[in-house]
Amino acid sequence: MTASTLAPRPVSAGTAGATLEFRGLRRSFGATTALDGLDLSLEPGELLALLGPSGCGKTTALRMVAGFETPDAGHVLLDGADVTATPAHRRDVGMVFQSYSLFPHLSAADNVAFGMRMRGVPAARRRDRAQELLELVGLPTHGGRYPRQLSGGQQQRVALARALALEPRVLLLDEPLSALDAKVRQSLREEIRRLQLELGITTLFVTHDQEEALSMADRVAVMRDGRLEQCATPEELYNSPATPFVAGFVGTMNRLPGTLGADGARVEVLGTGRPVHGSLPGGRRTGAVDVLIRPEALSVGADPNGTALLVASSFLGATTRLTIRLDGGRTVLADVPSAGASTLPLGARVRLGLPERPVLIDQARNEETSA
Amino acid sequence: MSSAAPGAVVNRAAGDGTLRREPQAPGRRASRPAAGWLGVVPLLGFAAVMLGLPVAAMAAGAFTASDDAGTTSVTAANFAATLDGPYLESLLGSVRLSALTAAVATVLSLPLAHAVVTSRIRGLREAVLSASGVIANLGGVPLAFAFVATLGNAGVLTGAFGLGEKGWSLYSFWGLSIVYLYFLVPLMVLTLTPALDGLRPQWREAALNNGATGLQYWRHVALPILWPTLLSGFVLLFGTAFSAYATAAAMVGSSIPLVTVKIASALTGDVLVGQAGIALALGMDMIIVAALVMGVQLLLQRRTSAWLS
Repeated sequence: MTASTLAPRPVSAGTAGATLEFRGLRRSFGATTALDGLDLSLEPGELLALLGPSGCGKTTALRMVAGFETPDAGHVLLDGADVTATPAHRRDVGMVFQSYSLFPHLSAADNVAFGMRMRGVPAARRRDRAQELLELVGLPTHGGRYPRQLSGGQQQRVALARALALEPRVLLLDEPLSALDAKVRQSLREEIRRLQLELGITTLFVTHDQEEALSMADRVAVMRDGRLEQCATPEELYNSPATPFVAGFVGTMNRLPGTLGADGARVEVLGTGRPVHGSLPGGRRTGAVDVLIRPEALSVGADPNGTALLVASSFLGATTRLTIRLDGGRTVLADVPSAGASTLPLGARVRLGLPERPVLIDQARNEETSA
Repeated sequence: MSSAAPGAVVNRAAGDGTLRREPQAPGRRASRPAAGWLGVVPLLGFAAVMLGLPVAAMAAGAFTASDDAGTTSVTAANFAATLDGPYLESLLGSVRLSALTAAVATVLSLPLAHAVVTSRIRGLREAVLSASGVIANLGGVPLAFAFVATLGNAGVLTGAFGLGEKGWSLYSFWGLSIVYLYFLVPLMVLTLTPALDGLRPQWREAALNNGATGLQYWRHVALPILWPTLLSGFVLLFGTAFSAYATAAAMVGSSIPLVTVKIASALTGDVLVGQAGIALALGMDMIIVAALVMGVQLLLQRRTSAWLS
């Protein structure tokens, strides 16, 4: 990027997002494998969330895009060009860090203008651009304040403005909301998404908060132990998880006891047969398995001869969450419309119903609480 | 709410749901600042006894002269004498030596402390900091003897490398400077290490992410953040060097003009008797120089580090 491309212009005009590609990225730290052959690609203008538990490698992947980590093997491609060996300061990507990373000795406006200063943009032009970006993130009058005079949410807004100042080809967000309180997190989450859509910038967003990922991203990539488990739209991820890990990590999932048929294609659960979605991890073909069902997919009806007992009920507004103990001792959760739930007294015998669609199965676990 | 009158606390909910002001208990508000000051009294008392009294006694002695009959009188002659001839030369010599060694030690210590902070060698940090703590407090005759034995005219290194033939002399301004650096550099390493620990890795990464090179990061981010510590450290080193006596006295005696050596000579009457007033005036000069250096430091810090306030 040259100084001439940084002339003030309406930020709402949007920038053409770049493609971003990971090809077989591997990285180990001593005996720990952080990335184990990660393949992933982002479309121009897409917001993709890397979701996973701590230590799954999502931050390592993001830092490789920024140029702060070097892969042991594999490549990072930006708009088709291999940038794996490009120094961090020449990557042309913007990044918002998890902890507040504003330079404490610079005002908010100077923080935003820092990158432009490094590239020799004239003072007047960078001052205008910084003001424009501060307005964009909702802090038009905070340019003269130092970071310590700003709240956590305001600091992250300034950090976002700074990351956008050089009109990067890709925006990287490394858990930027995790240090904020719930209310600020919610509003900033919406604001980041609005800006990303407005600017059309390709964005890689690392988070361990599934709600954040599902609500903001075009696609969510779930990682585990350095590998990609599934990359799909939030709806697909929730409704059709590819693996038991994804099913358990995203949303709440019941584990009902079932028996896998001899052909491995159907499973017997709650006294009825259902086709199996996917295959059983480990390759076993028959016998006891767990059937994975979302709480809202279960139907509950009063039945004196039912095989379960209603033990608790929590009103959640439109729905009520029922805690039900199966006769085998296992506990499951069911989310039902509140209108219907009011007819079910605590201690009532109930019958559970399953949706008419293929179900996901997993190795059987001996546990009483399955959700 | 902000319109509360002095002496009143505001907006206590009344039984009818309205908000009312309530008068404050008499004397309560006034007692808060007093209570705050009470906590500082021991410190102020200590400073008054240990700093104020000696300075006052020194000032009184510096402005006093005695004649042969034992009659004392108030005079500025002692101060006038310190600003002339060998006394002024010694004062300037001390300022020159202290400023130079403090500046060099500050510059040398930064990369050393940075290497300690960023090193991945297990135990290096503890070893360096422990050694620095010892060396920074090693001075006086033992230090002088150590240098005489290694870099003196008949020193081990002087002989081994033929330094004498190359014009080297430990008993010179530059020789003394090296001896001073020996304890000033570790002192600055100890001072800088916590500040370098405080530099967040994210600042460097954020700078690189914004297109800065490693050098630009140091120029525009790290050094400005470290600047207050560097300034304070410089003043600390200047004060340490300025007040050092035993090492210089044991090594160079009066061959290098230094104010502390001159004070000792005046007090012991090595050259002339009855110079105690001048010695005290030189001590006052030292206090004034130290205060000036601290004043400049505060001024610079205020002008360059508004972000701290």
